[in-house]
Amino acid sequence: MSVRKQLITGSAALQRRVCEGPFLDEPGFSPAALENSKNSRPELFCHPERSVRENFAASCHPERSARKVFPTRRFCGSGGRAVEGSAVLTLSICRLALLLLCFVLFFTGLSPAQVKSWNRIQPPPLPAFKPQEPVRIQLLNGMVLFLQEDHELPLIDATARIRGGSIYEAPNKTGLTDLYGDVWRTGGTKTKTGDQMDDFLEARAAKIETDNQSDSTSISLNCLKGDFDAVFDMFLDLLHNPEFRPDKLELAKEQMYTEISRRNDNVDSIVRRESRSIAYGKDNPYARVPEYATVADVTREDLLNWHQQYVHPNNIIFGITGDFDAKAMEAKLRQAFESWPKGPDAKAPDIQFMAPKPGTYFVRKTDVNQSSIDMLDLGIERSNPDYFAVTVMNELFGGSFSSRLFNHLRSGKGLAYAVGGGVGASWDHPGVTNIDMQTKSASTVDGIEGLNDEIDDLHKKPATPQELKRAKDDILNSFIFQFDTPEKVLREKMAYEFYHYPLDFLEHYRSEVEKVTAEDVSRVANKYVHKDRMAVLVVGNDTEFGKALSTLGPVQDVDITIPPPPASLMQQGPGEN
Amino acid sequence: MKCWFAKLTCLLLLAASMPLGAQDLASYEKRVSVKTLPNGLTVVIWRRPEAPVFSFFTLVDAGSAQDPLHETGLAHMMEHMAFKGTPDIGTTDYAAEKPALEKVEQTYSAYEAERIKRVGQDPQRLAQLKTAWEQAIKEADKYVVQNQFGEIVESHGGVGVNAFTNYDETAYMYSMPSNMIELWAALESDRLAHPVMREFYKERNVVMEERRMRTDSRPTGRLVEQFLGTAFMANPYHRPTIGYASDLQSFSATDAANFFQRYYVPSNMVIGLVGDLDPAQVFPIVEKYFSRLSTTPKPAELFTEEPAQNSVREVTLHDPAQPFYLEGYHRPSYLAPDDAVYDAISDILSNGRTSRLYRSMVRDKKIAAFAAGFSGWPGIKYGHLFAFYGVPLPGHTNEELQKAVHEEIDKLKTQDVTDEELQMFKTRTKADLLRGLASNEGLAQQLATYQTRYGDWRELFRYLDRVDKVTKADIRRVSNQVFAPTNRTVGVIETQSASKQPAPGAGKGAEQQ
Repeated sequence: MSVRKQLITGSAALQRRVCEGPFLDEPGFSPAALENSKNSRPELFCHPERSVRENFAASCHPERSARKVFPTRRFCGSGGRAVEGSAVLTLSICRLALLLLCFVLFFTGLSPAQVKSWNRIQPPPLPAFKPQEPVRIQLLNGMVLFLQEDHELPLIDATARIRGGSIYEAPNKTGLTDLYGDVWRTGGTKTKTGDQMDDFLEARAAKIETDNQSDSTSISLNCLKGDFDAVFDMFLDLLHNPEFRPDKLELAKEQMYTEISRRNDNVDSIVRRESRSIAYGKDNPYARVPEYATVADVTREDLLNWHQQYVHPNNIIFGITGDFDAKAMEAKLRQAFESWPKGPDAKAPDIQFMAPKPGTYFVRKTDVNQSSIDMLDLGIERSNPDYFAVTVMNELFGGSFSSRLFNHLRSGKGLAYAVGGGVGASWDHPGVTNIDMQTKSASTVDGIEGLNDEIDDLHKKPATPQELKRAKDDILNSFIFQFDTPEKVLREKMAYEFYHYPLDFLEHYRSEVEKVTAEDVSRVANKYVHKDRMAVLVVGNDTEFGKALSTLGPVQDVDITIPPPPASLMQQGPGEN
Repeated sequence: MKCWFAKLTCLLLLAASMPLGAQDLASYEKRVSVKTLPNGLTVVIWRRPEAPVFSFFTLVDAGSAQDPLHETGLAHMMEHMAFKGTPDIGTTDYAAEKPALEKVEQTYSAYEAERIKRVGQDPQRLAQLKTAWEQAIKEADKYVVQNQFGEIVESHGGVGVNAFTNYDETAYMYSMPSNMIELWAALESDRLAHPVMREFYKERNVVMEERRMRTDSRPTGRLVEQFLGTAFMANPYHRPTIGYASDLQSFSATDAANFFQRYYVPSNMVIGLVGDLDPAQVFPIVEKYFSRLSTTPKPAELFTEEPAQNSVREVTLHDPAQPFYLEGYHRPSYLAPDDAVYDAISDILSNGRTSRLYRSMVRDKKIAAFAAGFSGWPGIKYGHLFAFYGVPLPGHTNEELQKAVHEEIDKLKTQDVTDEELQMFKTRTKADLLRGLASNEGLAQQLATYQTRYGDWRELFRYLDRVDKVTKADIRRVSNQVFAPTNRTVGVIETQSASKQPAPGAGKGAEQQ
């Protein structure tokens, strides 16, 4: 394996989400990147379109060769030793002396005088930087287009995000959109099988992929710009004429059965699933999980119906970025989409949210020596005026390097490798508030008590001026990273459009964070973080616990037994339905 | 000098089937400057002025393969300790802290000497020594300003603050707004020149938690540790990067400091810097701050070569988890002339839905949810593995997967791959290179890595020449050389059936056997 292959596929930073639980994302705060962070039934292992090493590293292979000093969170020789100089000996004494003088000056004399301590450095102001805004166009049929030129590399990327996702599914068909998001692409079009598409695209190092989220599905393309017309034609064919061939539906179902059968193998997948189920309630559409029976019940007809119901221009936001001329591209897109007639609007389900029942919830897992602890509650929506104060509070409480949780429980007590959390905020529904850590079985109760103490402190000890400044500086000084590439700007705008947020939300965000005071932080801490209202999920091996969980109050066992497949499936076996 | 570049341009033109125009690749070379300081530190800068930010990647050419015997996990500790500060950062009073830290070492050494006694250990004395050590830690902790290093970086706009360790290297990275370049140089050079091993024993506990999370409590973590221990005997790839539990509870801050002095020296480091940086301004800053690193020579490349394997090796983990199949074959290091051939094999077997393993095992035979073959594991620097792994569908077995993998291997040995397959590999490799140029973080890592591994960052592009030369005959030849049964190690998870769940297709799987 070449070095480069290893890098492209093995670079650790962005590939860990699948494994690491619900709060992972790129470091630093990124409003758009967070969207739907709680969505997604984990894609268990191994997406064929991810690179092999990536798949192996991401999930099949937790004993990664590369390990990092910190789990990526959402919020989340001294002096100059003498140089050997045999050549020097041949020089005259005089020159030697001169050389030594230089040496001394260079290594001991000059450099300390020049080197400034970090706190004496005055960084110059950051040069003014106006990110390039994408062009926004709304067609008469309601479809919204964003075009963002980026001429650095000869590539083009495009995504259409379509309203309607897993929260729109009928409960007895949970998993439908997972199957749809897969088979839309693999099932091919009326005139081309998915396999033929694979051959065509891979020969050009191009991709067309479909995907699904809790509130939307998507179809995207990525290609060298010279291949754009051909790839875009195929994209349109798939958009308008998907075939959902039955063999690919069966294949996708088998993949899902495999995921279901393995969902209790790893702690993180148990936590991801059960924490949502506890925070939202197990029947809440944001928490439902596919079962053998609900997957088995999905038919090709269901997928065709879904497509017919939701894939209409008025439900679509289309974004494109890359090496093209926006005017010419606009003409091309108008040609492709303008005559597409409007359809019925996607109607979001009306979902009731109820706070979780406080108490301790326990999942027994006997093959581990470490407990995973998640303190859970309903969070807020991002449109909440408190969102900015919550963001600052999260940063100083559990979201950064020098946050209270990290300092006290990891660095101070050595109790955890992974610890952090804060009040969750989603775009259009309450996020999940999650304060979590993983600690050795014996210190499980100590860990919970440690988190409880931190929550008490959050109420009792207001943010110090230093804490407040640091938290705000963290957010504001890294603000540039929200829009340092044209593609990031495009993604932000598409998210605002999708959730009906003002398109200048990001500019607004900055000034609102600046205004947050220590009183605001205390206020939102009192309003949204209550240890006695939280449900505490513990996944662990209670034979090794130091103190029993029951010392903290009544414990409710959570049964995670996987409901067996229906009889029909057992008889037939996958692949023969 | 420009020759390779002209070739590259041609290749990419071919790949992109169009004139590159504004993206003329020659312009990329103009963006790169390299400088090696008198102390041996090499810095590669790629100017990418699209936005006023930059990323860096400090690569130390020492990883867990360099861990001393009895001290596995030490390189990984260096990754963690890089955030513990310096005499200037992370302390309220270093003059007072320094002797307090020395006291910690003295008391630990006394405690450890008693603790590891096999005969004649005195429990009472042991307890006293432990108390004295813990007391010394408490004293030293009084001066600690926790996580100040990270705090300074983050409050000045740093993002992606992290580090990693693998068998081959230790690396440190983050990104900052470009006006912070001097602050970055001060911070990075300070922690490399003057690391302080404060809070070392608590950090050992943090790493123990990391080990519990990644290795002990995950089925594939448990399997892989056993698998690598079986596949390698002499080569240090047989030991876990994170370290064995007993070593993690034994080595000292003094051990760590000695390890650092030996390997974490500028002659053994390359820094990649990418972003809105003008080399004319940045090199003087780099020289000013990084010249204070010592001029220790690059440590000798001592290494035990893995003896040829002459037997089939197997590891079976009976586990509550679902089945999992893994096998590996020894191959030479990344410097082997056939390196690109292995990449071709991996690509043809595993890349995407057109790949052979996907089509045969997932699509057609319907026995696996996923299957792939890949190279570069667990490191690349020394002889390593070409590995295959597969996830059986419910009701299907590891044996079925093994059989199917071996059928595909036999095909590689006896028949040429198609022209289309070979071309697809070459086209995708070129396109991937192009896509890799889009991120500052990724580029910084690539520059540092190529500069370290080949002594020249340009190998990043020259690699395409080697890719282009791969032939069908190469693939057959290498497959016959490497994929031999006596060069194989197999590792499987077999589900322990105590509470075995019924699974769809279980009946069918039984019928087939």
